[in-house]
Amino acid sequence: MAHHAIHVKVNGGERKAEVESRLLLVHLLREVLGMTGTHIGCDTTHCGACTVLLDGVPVKSCTVLAVQADGREVTTVEGLERDGKLAPIQEGFWQEHGLQCGFCTPGMMLTSHALLQHNPNPGEAEIRQAISGNLCRCTGYVNIVKAVQHAAGKMKTDAQPAEAAPAVA
Amino acid sequence: MIPAPFDYHAPQTLEEAFALLETHRDEAKVLSGGQSLLPLLKLRLGAAGHLVDIGRIPGLEYIREEGGFLRIGGRTRESALERSALIHARYPLLAETAAVIADPLVRNLATVGGNLAHGDPANDHPATMLAFRAEIVATGPQGSRTIPIDQFFLGLFQTALAPEEILTEIRIPEPPPRSGGAYVKLERKVGDFATAASAVQVTLGAGGEVARVGIGLTNAGPTPLRATAAESLLSGKPPSDELIAEAARQAGAAATPSADRRGRVEYKREMARVLTARALHRAIQKAIQMGGGH
Repeated sequence: MAHHAIHVKVNGGERKAEVESRLLLVHLLREVLGMTGTHIGCDTTHCGACTVLLDGVPVKSCTVLAVQADGREVTTVEGLERDGKLAPIQEGFWQEHGLQCGFCTPGMMLTSHALLQHNPNPGEAEIRQAISGNLCRCTGYVNIVKAVQHAAGKMKTDAQPAEAAPAVA
Repeated sequence: MIPAPFDYHAPQTLEEAFALLETHRDEAKVLSGGQSLLPLLKLRLGAAGHLVDIGRIPGLEYIREEGGFLRIGGRTRESALERSALIHARYPLLAETAAVIADPLVRNLATVGGNLAHGDPANDHPATMLAFRAEIVATGPQGSRTIPIDQFFLGLFQTALAPEEILTEIRIPEPPPRSGGAYVKLERKVGDFATAASAVQVTLGAGGEVARVGIGLTNAGPTPLRATAAESLLSGKPPSDELIAEAARQAGAAATPSADRRGRVEYKREMARVLTARALHRAIQKAIQMGGGH
């Protein structure tokens, strides 16, 4: 069966691989590239544990072929932290105890991270709608919603000095 | 779960895609968003020797009004429908449908054309497109042809598309003034197929009577179902509560669902009735609100 030489930008770094047509994106990440932050839960497009960003858009990587990602950008949970500093969404999950077992957390964070990119101030209903394709089976969603709101607040505070500067000048 | 081996092709043009489909015929499947096809292959409920991915062919994703139709490119993502201001303003039935298909992550990849070409009566757009009296544009090596939606669904997972054809566009007649629509779906949880669902598109006449109505039912039989008796009953008459109740009763009676974990046949028929009544009320209310025209 056919093999394909693919180039994928994963968390900003160019990665090359030789893949079989049927290899799924989640298996490329975990087994070929050795990045196990992306989890496999239901493996049937329901649970969202395998969520990654494909060109910035959250998708279920158990339902995408690796070869479909050729020439595109993938962001996994490993790509959220920058220069040893947690992303606001990671800080939110930490501060608000947005996890118990942590299995759904990478997917939850990537979906929420993408939400905050285009809606920096989501209401509870918007957050719950956005994460409705990510299942948590430990605690329910109360602290997860708080975590996303915490991240939204953090992003606003982080952005403020830059915004306030012209007004002072 | 890992699909059985297949060859993957990524044509850059429609012509290249047709050539692949003509070569591999019944061995080939068109891969659009992949949100139905890949699970099917993973579960090994289906097999394909060759996947022809149309994801790299330009010009298949658009939403625009032109020549009296709303034209939706076959590979347009469900999430694009959800975000479209035009869809929200003028096609509430489509906006409501797109919002309840699978879940937001699936909708980021799932396509409108794929939802129809899959030929699954459990999918949501078939009922929507029946209600709209849409047309399907099928393009093949010899050019394009339009297929009325009523002639598109032939059986379970069977459509009027020829093996070498690709669903390139969906055409929905632009709604006249005093038109409204609604999609009402009962699902056990986000991401599940409908226990039952009803799509209604209605246009009221100057006197408030039903000038035109389309009613489509999801998961109500081996193919997506048009509730023809209910449509005929409503046509030309003022939509009183009694008339709506009777039309909904006829829609429920027309349903031939099968029993599964979502419920018994009687329950699903009853839900088709209840949801059709709700969809009719909401669609008519919206048609009245859109009284001034565009």
